[in-house]
Amino acid sequence: MIRKLFDIIAGNAVPAVFIIISAFAIPLSGYSASYLIQELLTRIGRNSFLILSLLIPIMAGMGLNFGMVLGAMAGQIGLLFICDWGIVGIPGMLLACLIGTPIAIVLGIFCGAVMNRAKGREMVTSYILGFFINGVYQMTVLYLMGWIIPITNPALLLSRGYGVRNAVSLLGIRGILDNLIPAIITGTQGAGQFFSVQGGNAFVMIQLPFLEGSIRIPLATLIVIALFCVFIVWFRKTKLGQDMRAIGQNQAVADSAGIPVNRTRIIAIVISTVLACYGQIIYLQNMGTLNTYNSHDQAGMFSIAALLIGGASVSRASIANVFVGVILFHLMFIVAPMAGKNLIGEAQIGEYFRVFVSYGIIAIALVLHAWKRNREREAARRSLRGNKGGE
Amino acid sequence: MSDNNNNAPLLRLEHIGKEFYGNRVLSDISFDIRAGEIIGLVGENGAGKSTLLNILFGMPVISSTGGHEGVMFIDGRKVNFTSPNQALAHGIGMVHQEFSLIPGFTATENILLNREVLNGSTMSYVFSDRVSTLDRQAMNERARAAINTLGVNISPYMTVSEMPVGYKQFIEIAREIDRKNTRLLFLDEPTAVLTETEAEILLIALNKLARSGIAIVFISHRLSEVKELCSRVIILRDGRLITDQKAEELTTRQIASLMVGRESERREVPQEIPEAPVEPDNVNYTLSPSPKKKKKKIKPALKVDHLWVDMPGETVRDVSFEVKKGEIFGIGGLAGHGKLGIPNGIMGLYPAGGSVRLSGRKLTLNKPRAALGRKMAFVSEDRRGVGLLLDEPLDWNITFTAMQTQGRFLIGIPYIFQIRNEHAMRKEAKKFIDQLEIRCTGPHQKAGELSGGNQQKVCLAKAFVLRPDVLLICEPTRGIDVGAKTLVLDTLRNYNKENGTTIIITSSELEELRSVCDRVAIVDEGRIAGILPASSPAEEFGMLMMGEKMRVALAATE
Repeated sequence: MIRKLFDIIAGNAVPAVFIIISAFAIPLSGYSASYLIQELLTRIGRNSFLILSLLIPIMAGMGLNFGMVLGAMAGQIGLLFICDWGIVGIPGMLLACLIGTPIAIVLGIFCGAVMNRAKGREMVTSYILGFFINGVYQMTVLYLMGWIIPITNPALLLSRGYGVRNAVSLLGIRGILDNLIPAIITGTQGAGQFFSVQGGNAFVMIQLPFLEGSIRIPLATLIVIALFCVFIVWFRKTKLGQDMRAIGQNQAVADSAGIPVNRTRIIAIVISTVLACYGQIIYLQNMGTLNTYNSHDQAGMFSIAALLIGGASVSRASIANVFVGVILFHLMFIVAPMAGKNLIGEAQIGEYFRVFVSYGIIAIALVLHAWKRNREREAARRSLRGNKGGE
Repeated sequence: MSDNNNNAPLLRLEHIGKEFYGNRVLSDISFDIRAGEIIGLVGENGAGKSTLLNILFGMPVISSTGGHEGVMFIDGRKVNFTSPNQALAHGIGMVHQEFSLIPGFTATENILLNREVLNGSTMSYVFSDRVSTLDRQAMNERARAAINTLGVNISPYMTVSEMPVGYKQFIEIAREIDRKNTRLLFLDEPTAVLTETEAEILLIALNKLARSGIAIVFISHRLSEVKELCSRVIILRDGRLITDQKAEELTTRQIASLMVGRESERREVPQEIPEAPVEPDNVNYTLSPSPKKKKKKIKPALKVDHLWVDMPGETVRDVSFEVKKGEIFGIGGLAGHGKLGIPNGIMGLYPAGGSVRLSGRKLTLNKPRAALGRKMAFVSEDRRGVGLLLDEPLDWNITFTAMQTQGRFLIGIPYIFQIRNEHAMRKEAKKFIDQLEIRCTGPHQKAGELSGGNQQKVCLAKAFVLRPDVLLICEPTRGIDVGAKTLVLDTLRNYNKENGTTIIITSSELEELRSVCDRVAIVDEGRIAGILPASSPAEEFGMLMMGEKMRVALAATE
């Protein structure tokens, strides 16, 4: 009984700690509810897709896919091309996805094949593989683009004539998905303000009289994310999903039952990489600028940190973990700098917190995972002995 | 079951044999299995059971080592399996000793693993069947049907990790039954993990299965179960088929003696070596009902009470015994029953509990250092892994433990500055190289370069250097040739005689134990089945190994 209670607490310790921190930090920051909700909605739209792309490899027992940065790079290459060709709006986004997909598939197959040779060490392998592919990506973008790969738009190229600039403006697709279906929640006095700013009509408008200010909802993005969730739910019910669950729990048994283990693992990574590619495109259309050499860097780290904060573990993650994680992780990012400033006059504590927390939480999750596995192994050994004999 | 050819047996083996690298493990095995038959397959470790199964299932280990001799027929047609999938396709199923179930899956999901019932969908035409969703309801029904065939009541929705061990066994069997074409089922020690009631239910279920026409090969070391369940018993020994008889024609005692072989004519063997310095009453220590038995005067060198050890594959459940000072005590039993776990647990190499007293004083468990500090020495069964530093020279290997735990072979001030005394190390190594006739180029040769027998001698030397009071040795002759075997055993015997050291030998080779030891304990399923004087007839030991209880063995001696 006590052990059960302990297990429940231990299982949800991470989200609990974040809820407590937020509960203190929100009033300290002094932000209004509408501001917080606006920020959160934006960030949910921006990040959820990337985080959701992590779920399938976890199901297949491959741990946290640090290799998702490969997909992010593929997405960025797609974006660079549409910027060069000047294709804007939704067609631009779709074209970027179209270009990114084959690159992501190839990278995913490569990543999966490497991971099949490093079974049991998938996470560190994919992490290092991320660095390696980053090198290839930088070489492509910095030397080949504009030289071998035709890039003509001078706004993209470095002044030397080849290589892409560090900051690329994505004005053509900025917010294009977020604002595809204009939606707004307004308080009474906020509505006029909104219309004057946007100068257009909201497709969906909800009025909440008690709300101060107005909140724009990235409705189309949220719909895409919802579709993705439906996909995952469906995927879990398929034979392929069932096979992945089986492999995730015991590769040897799955293999002896005739499930093609290596192939299925590669499929899991390919799906994850392709989805990460789309996720990165959605992320960047929200941001509006592409940091050619850095944008993908932190995509993996922050997504993984958010997922873990949502209560997921290396071997178990659900859709709920994604959203709880996104909300808690970003809530803390929003309020921590202001709370830090109001508390000790130092806004930088928020930035410090961001890095400290993301790396710390990943380290804790890995340690917890190892500890849990040891405990399970011990329990398995004990159960072999039967309940007779001492303990 | 076979409609077209009713006379042909389901499976016929003709002159099956197998050599591994010139080492014959199986020769001239021929027998038939008919539909609905239950056959008991028994044999000691190394009798060739697993090789036979590997051949039947077309395991890659057979084809990669040059195939096998003889031919197999199924329904009168010659077959030659090159992969387990072919055997499955011919309706041969196997339930392994270790569970191959997925813990987080329900009974249904496990029974239908990779044979799930799928909903048809248009997606499956575009991609493959793998994108079709599962038909949970149909799956549960099929699982329930398979479970019902066994006559047990297990919910198909139950998660395997939450099941008692016995249920898991049933799920494994249900999985094989669900395969529509299964006609021949091999069960490898299915009752080993079951409680008595569960085992009974299983036996009833198997009978029911056999009546439906499925032939069953039941591999077990529990002879009473074999006798109860099987219609025929096939006994293997040293790779040969010793007997293939109706079960009712054999008593469990006969089966045991046929299995162990070496009838009573060898009974005298151990008596040729009466040199062990033991008092007469030691010999019949546990079993003897002799009224003359004197009060024990000496404290036992080692007293083990309710020891349990979590050594993977060699679980010790509840073991108690006493070893007299100066005695050579043997621990025998089948592989996987925990005999290796006992010395490993006492030395603290695996998590252990219970109480171990060394000359009356309690020993701290789970700390190898504590055991070594109490003048115990250990020769591991894992010679190359635990026993030796393969890339280091012999003198290092021989003196290493003494240096680490007793601070010998060092010069300088303890705890402050110490260096190795190379000269003393070399001298000590040389002494043992001469004494044990270790074949090497000198104390500087690397341990990894020696042959198995000589490596074992190095391990012994390493233990002897510690000048132990109690010496624990696991599998002293495993993997070494016959000449070296005698030498190792003689060395142990002499060492015991000269120094009065208490020696505990754990070995799979019963004959070896009987020839060296004063008393031999037989371990069965993690417990001591009985302790007999080494001069007892081999079949007594055989009975104990086969899980026949103490009483039976005793009754037989009278």
